[in-house]
Amino acid sequence: MDLSQYLDIFLVEAREHLQNLSQGLLQLEQAPDNRKIVDEIFRSAHTLKGMAATMGFDRIAELTHDMENLLSALKGGHLRVNSAIIDLLFNCVDALEEMVDAVEKGDQRQNDISGLVGRLKQAGEGGTQSSTEPVVVPEPEAAAGMKIVLDNYDQAVLEEAWAQQFRVYHLVVAISPVCLMKAVRAFMVFKSLEDMGEVIKSFPSAQDIEEEKFDASFELIVISKCEQDIIAGAMEKISEVSMVSLTGLEPSITEVAAAKAAEEVVPKPPATDLAEASVEPAPKVDPDQADGPIQIQKARSHQTVRVDLERLDNVMNLVGELVINKTRLAQISSAHGIAELHETLEQVDRITTDLQAVVMKIRMVPVENVFNRFPRMVRDLAREMGKEINLIIEGKETELDRTVIDEIGDPLVHLIRNSVDHGVEDPALRQKAGKPRVASIKLAARQEGNHVVIEVSDDGRGIDLEGVKAKAREKGFYRDREAGTMDDKTLLDFIFQPGFSTAKKVTDLSGRGVGLDVVRTKIESLSGLIELETKPGEGTRFIIRLPLTLAIIQALLISVGSETYAIPLSSVDETTSITPEDIKQVQNQDVVLLRGIVLPLVRLREELEVPDPVQITQDLDVVVVRRGEKQVGLVVDSLIGQQEVVIKSVGRLLTGIPGIAGATILGNGQVSMILDVGTLF
Amino acid sequence: MASAQTLQDELQVVAFTVAGGEFAVNILEVQEINRLPSITRVPRTPSYMEGVINLRGNVIPVVDLHKRLGLPSGENTDKTRVVIVNVHDIKVGMIVDEVLEVLRLSQHNIEPPPSTGGQNPEFLEGVGKMGNRLLMLVNLEQLLGIANSVN
Repeated sequence: MDLSQYLDIFLVEAREHLQNLSQGLLQLEQAPDNRKIVDEIFRSAHTLKGMAATMGFDRIAELTHDMENLLSALKGGHLRVNSAIIDLLFNCVDALEEMVDAVEKGDQRQNDISGLVGRLKQAGEGGTQSSTEPVVVPEPEAAAGMKIVLDNYDQAVLEEAWAQQFRVYHLVVAISPVCLMKAVRAFMVFKSLEDMGEVIKSFPSAQDIEEEKFDASFELIVISKCEQDIIAGAMEKISEVSMVSLTGLEPSITEVAAAKAAEEVVPKPPATDLAEASVEPAPKVDPDQADGPIQIQKARSHQTVRVDLERLDNVMNLVGELVINKTRLAQISSAHGIAELHETLEQVDRITTDLQAVVMKIRMVPVENVFNRFPRMVRDLAREMGKEINLIIEGKETELDRTVIDEIGDPLVHLIRNSVDHGVEDPALRQKAGKPRVASIKLAARQEGNHVVIEVSDDGRGIDLEGVKAKAREKGFYRDREAGTMDDKTLLDFIFQPGFSTAKKVTDLSGRGVGLDVVRTKIESLSGLIELETKPGEGTRFIIRLPLTLAIIQALLISVGSETYAIPLSSVDETTSITPEDIKQVQNQDVVLLRGIVLPLVRLREELEVPDPVQITQDLDVVVVRRGEKQVGLVVDSLIGQQEVVIKSVGRLLTGIPGIAGATILGNGQVSMILDVGTLF
Repeated sequence: MASAQTLQDELQVVAFTVAGGEFAVNILEVQEINRLPSITRVPRTPSYMEGVINLRGNVIPVVDLHKRLGLPSGENTDKTRVVIVNVHDIKVGMIVDEVLEVLRLSQHNIEPPPSTGGQNPEFLEGVGKMGNRLLMLVNLEQLLGIANSVN
């Protein structure tokens, strides 16, 4: 069988599971006694194993298999979670990531994992040997006919049940062969049992039963306070169901069989996995367990579809075309005065507007996708540097356009590294300064109007302004006579200059003198802004402001001669009207006084070499735009109005023209250029 | 089915005229041929860059071949066309006076471009002979400035 067509899916899903593993391990580190987290990790490892085995990536399967063994020892409580185990598992995740990367690159060589496998085995054995807990197994005769295999975890649940005076039953339920809807009957069995107690486990899995993947009968393990005959009676009331057997299980004392059963569960033969391919691992029917993650996973597999971004772009293009043609129809309708057509077009108008909004919405992705990798990164960095850091993430559900999400990762990595390295002090230093030993770094996202704000803040030492000043002097960023006039903002701005770094020593993390300038360039290329606030001794805060999407912007349409241009509204401060007499000359530069401020004027007609003859008008329309801290007035012929425009690429041949950010297609089908105020003049 | 021999030997080209001269491009590089749509001028570009057009929702740059080849510009007529070519995934429109036909040229009828004469010899890939007619085979990479953009 040719599996290459599944490779993409494998890669995407494998990454998802690796992410889950990472996250789970981080949580486990915080709460080592939480069995649910272990279960979650186990499930991811198990699925990954199945997928890898199906695809023939034996090393990945082997490593996950051994991870599973260790994890099941943790699950069974034979082994306590400690930092050595967490580290070992993290190492495994790293190795898996490398292997998955290698798979993506088509690298046939697979990493040597024997070291890790050995360590996993060792760690796992350490646990098994120490396990002397008495384990319990069903009565011999029941076990003989029983298809359900109980693992260590189930055993623990059963023990708990017996301890609390519950009864445990093993049921074999048969459904009449003529029954048309077996799943419905099975559901009624579950429902009725859950009124009386809890279904702990089933064979086949609950999901399979739900999907009618069973023959005539299925088996259940139930905990209940009810007597045997009450349960039997309840079962018999359900039509088309016949009880085959109902056996009470007692906490008898046959450890050997239990140990054997446990062994059988954990390393499930890959053969069954192969058949299931990437199907979720059969979830155990345990109401306690079924609350969160299982349901989420299920919902995900049923309700989402992965779509190539290019296809979405195509849809977007088509919607744009539709809007343009709709406008044309509207023009025809008004030219011919057809009322009926006009009404219909209004309907079409509403639908296309909705359609456009929906397509935009589809492109939005929660920032979670980027934020997810940071807990692990901060943990590792903090360890490496001997610092204690708590990373707080807020607003990870905030949505951003896919294209922005893809680009924002690297700048954030940089800022967070920066905070860990430069911002946060050593624990001892913090204590001396009267701060909590554990530093916190906060990564927060929120939506503000048409923008998303992402903040990276720490409660570290803040930025040493004098240090910045000295460094800037040394690098020749300013002249001595300017020193007196510089405010803090100007000083902080130096940090974003290429070649600036205040770190005294070069560490592995940052301080190589490349950095914040790259971050700023990147953010600005995304039409975003980055600001910085700092208080000595209290911390530093980087504030990134990004447009919700790069595909559609609010723009001010203006005309010069017969040409129409769009100016992104984000760089427009205001518009105003002046008369030619208002224009003054300062050093050969046309300026105008706007509320007492000298505003330099730029004539767009000249800047853009518009060929049409100058129109003599009484009033001049001026668009006041902002570039960084400076304001400039753009003289235009007339203002057309504010409009949402879809940004189109102008192709490789025309990129990099100063002053041109891109193009858009207006309602009349005409292409109009979008001005880039940053490079216009 | 044409034999491999013929396929290798023959070149299918789209022939068109610019300022009276006959030119041709490989048909594999031609995406489509359209009537002249309205063109939006792009500021701060070379004069031969006529502007951009809206091609079904995509913005495509358009080059005026008269200006690019240093030939006298004529009026736009009913026969004026935009030939949309696709070279290395870059789409560009070329304004030509008239699109003539699709021709088959055999390789041995194609000669290297004359080493002398012509302002921009690098724009030509060769000269194709069809009876009395001479077709100038255009080197699109050079002509459209794609060569630089690719490197």
